[in-house]
Amino acid sequence: MIAFLLRRLGVAIPTLIGATVIAFGLIRLVPGDPVLHMIGERGASPEVYAEMRARYGLDRPLTTQYFLFLKNALNGDFGESIVSGQPVWHEFMDRFPATLELGLIALSLAVLIGIPLGVVAAVRRNSLFDYALMSVSLVGYSMPIFWWGLILILFFSVKLGLTPVSGRIDFAYDVPPWSGFLLIDVWKAGEGWPAFKSALVHLVLPAIALGTIPLATVARMTRSSMLEVLGEDYMRTARAKGLSRMRVIFVHGLRNALVPVITVVGLMAGSIVTGAVLTETIFSWPGIGRWLVESVLARDYPVVQSGILLISLAVIVVNLLVDVAYAWANPRLRGRL
Amino acid sequence: MLTVENLSVSFETRRGRMSVVEDLSFTLERGRTLGIVGESGSGKSVTSLAIMGLLPPNARVTSGHVWLDGQDLLCASESELQRIRGESLAMIFQDPMTSLNPSFTVGFQLEEAMTAHGVKDDLRARAVELLKWVGIPDPEIRLSSYPHQLSGGMAQRVMIAMAIACSPDFLIADEPTTALDVTIQAQILALLKKIQKERGMGLILITHDIGVVAQMADEILVMYAGHALEKGPKDEVIYRPRHPYTRALLASLPGRQENAAFRSRLPTIAGVVPDLLKRPTGCQLHPRCEFADEECRTKPPEKQKVGEVDVKCHRPLEPQ
Repeated sequence: MIAFLLRRLGVAIPTLIGATVIAFGLIRLVPGDPVLHMIGERGASPEVYAEMRARYGLDRPLTTQYFLFLKNALNGDFGESIVSGQPVWHEFMDRFPATLELGLIALSLAVLIGIPLGVVAAVRRNSLFDYALMSVSLVGYSMPIFWWGLILILFFSVKLGLTPVSGRIDFAYDVPPWSGFLLIDVWKAGEGWPAFKSALVHLVLPAIALGTIPLATVARMTRSSMLEVLGEDYMRTARAKGLSRMRVIFVHGLRNALVPVITVVGLMAGSIVTGAVLTETIFSWPGIGRWLVESVLARDYPVVQSGILLISLAVIVVNLLVDVAYAWANPRLRGRL
Repeated sequence: MLTVENLSVSFETRRGRMSVVEDLSFTLERGRTLGIVGESGSGKSVTSLAIMGLLPPNARVTSGHVWLDGQDLLCASESELQRIRGESLAMIFQDPMTSLNPSFTVGFQLEEAMTAHGVKDDLRARAVELLKWVGIPDPEIRLSSYPHQLSGGMAQRVMIAMAIACSPDFLIADEPTTALDVTIQAQILALLKKIQKERGMGLILITHDIGVVAQMADEILVMYAGHALEKGPKDEVIYRPRHPYTRALLASLPGRQENAAFRSRLPTIAGVVPDLLKRPTGCQLHPRCEFADEECRTKPPEKQKVGEVDVKCHRPLEPQ
């Protein structure tokens, strides 16, 4: 198992290097200049401009800048934001829990709702429920997040007034970060139910917006995987033993049907980050998605390049965890790890 | 006592209704072995699934009864069937490697067979005992094995252990050795025989190999295209076959002396099993039967008793 994890980590290194090259390169390819952005186009003399560029190392050759960035990152120094002057690492750690909380809730929604729906659709194949679920999930899968998020806001926040439009919690509550997950920290801060509820209603719409595509994917994947499993010989054996239908489906069937579903959930960890960029922007969710968008707009080179590196790392760690879960679900793989 | 009475089963297919088993009847007592022989598609497996109440959703029992000690299983509720399966009626299947769940250990699957029927105590000890009983070495270690770590013969032994975990009265073995090596086949058959003898179980042994049946069964039922062509005590059917089909099956056995001496091609039965959606008129066998005449082509034969044997044939053979 350890060897397997190390091997997977080894494979992750080229991925990481690729991510740094792309992050470093792309943001510099975009027209615009962080220094100009900061001092304003008419605001400063060429001397000040040159001095500022030198201060951030932007006057050096690109390759030098890149390798300096890599060297510092390896030493745990991810640079400082040009805009705020704060270390990128701190900014990342301030915002990452918010994204993680949102992403975990969205993925949990997808898994906890998608899997049972998929199972029922498979068991009642070709029923009205099956057709309805498959059509709705196709729509859910195809909806652009930014459009879906706006529709949700329009309906639930503007029309019905049920949910707030933006943020993580009402301004009235002061919750110092502890775990970074507001749903937990409100209890630590002693704010209790009202604060929890406030955090929850702030979370609902973004989680739905972000979770819809994973939910549709999980439901469809569970259905097709379950359909395959339902025809297996061991399902008949399980029934021949005198097990109840529920036990046959949810223990003997689902355990095997989960194997491909786990893979898909793992792959979605990456798209959750992509989705978070859109969702957080729409709902003003103070996570890394919005942070990245703002940094790109400000051409904040250190934040963009290090931020993407850190996000890549997080996604790689999640994928490793998924590989472990995959091995757990599939004993035939365990010996070979 | 297990009695199948005038059982007919059909499948709804896209091309129409396909009748797979027609008017099948037999009786089996505890301690006896019934061998059901037939080519693939003769309805053997469907018969056993119908008895277990495990027919696929597109199959329907169109007539008949399955009596188990006076209770009609075809009218039993799903929860009654759940109790009966495993406890009174058990079944093992053709391919043990795919019949065990790949995600659970042998121990889990064995113990589950017992807990499903209310056994709560000493599960582990009982499981070890069962594995020992079916001849698995190091049973304690094997309990934590996964199916893919077992050989085919081992897996079939585990399947048997699982099937007999609650001491069922009847065991249906559907081609239990077809997927196994020849050397293992003999061991598994010997094991089934031993279990049957020591536990006084009724055994239905389904196979396409009439040689296996000759070795194991007390009574033989020969099926073809869903019909019971011949049914009777083993010696009668094997040594004095009345039905041309039975005789042809026996003639095609490679082990027979005439065949061995001849050292030439084995005799075969010309033609193939009929398309069940386009059944032939009259006797189902007539396109392949050397004795067929006009009556065979037009009129389906009725079951008739010849000595101790039931035969469905217009021209039953004289014993040779």
